[in-house]
Amino acid sequence: MVPLSHYLMFGAVLFFIGVIGVLTRRNAVIILMSIELMLNAVNITLISFGHFLHNVTGQIFAIFVIAVAAGEAAVGLAIIIEVFRGRKTLYVDEINIMRW
Amino acid sequence: MEILFFYLFAGIGTISAIMVITRRNVIHCALFLVLTFLCVAAIYVLLKAELLAGIQVLVYAGAIMVLFLFAILLINIERTKEIRYRQGQSPWAIILATIVFAQIAYLIFKTLEDTPLRPLGELSPDKVSQIGNTEVIGSVLYTKFLFPFEIASVLLLAAMIGAIILTKRFLKK
Repeated sequence: MVPLSHYLMFGAVLFFIGVIGVLTRRNAVIILMSIELMLNAVNITLISFGHFLHNVTGQIFAIFVIAVAAGEAAVGLAIIIEVFRGRKTLYVDEINIMRW
Repeated sequence: MEILFFYLFAGIGTISAIMVITRRNVIHCALFLVLTFLCVAAIYVLLKAELLAGIQVLVYAGAIMVLFLFAILLINIERTKEIRYRQGQSPWAIILATIVFAQIAYLIFKTLEDTPLRPLGELSPDKVSQIGNTEVIGSVLYTKFLFPFEIASVLLLAAMIGAIILTKRFLKK
């Protein structure tokens, strides 16, 4: 029987790998992939709590998180494609014409 | 036995997640992300959430990652290897993220040993696997969570319209 803290630690490790990916990489597509990693970590936490608290609400919430993540990935990639068409670059530190 | 499978899938998932954020080639990152999603789906099976494992493989590894790969191939087609791939703030980011992770890890272990876990509902995993995971989710999703379900479908419609409008080239008359 795997204790709850092991699942939560796996979720926390995945979440912080995603955070480091968002804050570290220059490519906008990889930043989106790290956001998907963070959403998966949240799903693991939700489902493991649902398992250990004998409640199915965790899995329902995780279904909605997956649905929202699908919509957000589509719109995010559309925005990235449009920015690439305009600026001809994908690196987030070169897209800086709105800086002061 | 269950602990063995958990450590196997958690280890492979963590290593491939680290590979996602450290590879230079964007396509390698996408493929390691697919491997991470499959390991997470295996963890869902360990948690007796079989419908979520199927949904994860179909939607995340099957649809979202194919979308990512198509987008990468559309916009990155001459240059899939990066020269300088880390931002200037990356040492600070790694240090601060590790500090916050240490705080969260301490919170997890301290809270779980101080307060014992009381079950909130009456659907224990044995009862759920007796009735069937899909039946239990269906009986709750369409009765108690009907309103969020309909809102999610409206949200997906809005995302679909938004993605099409954003990338449409308007023909000049």
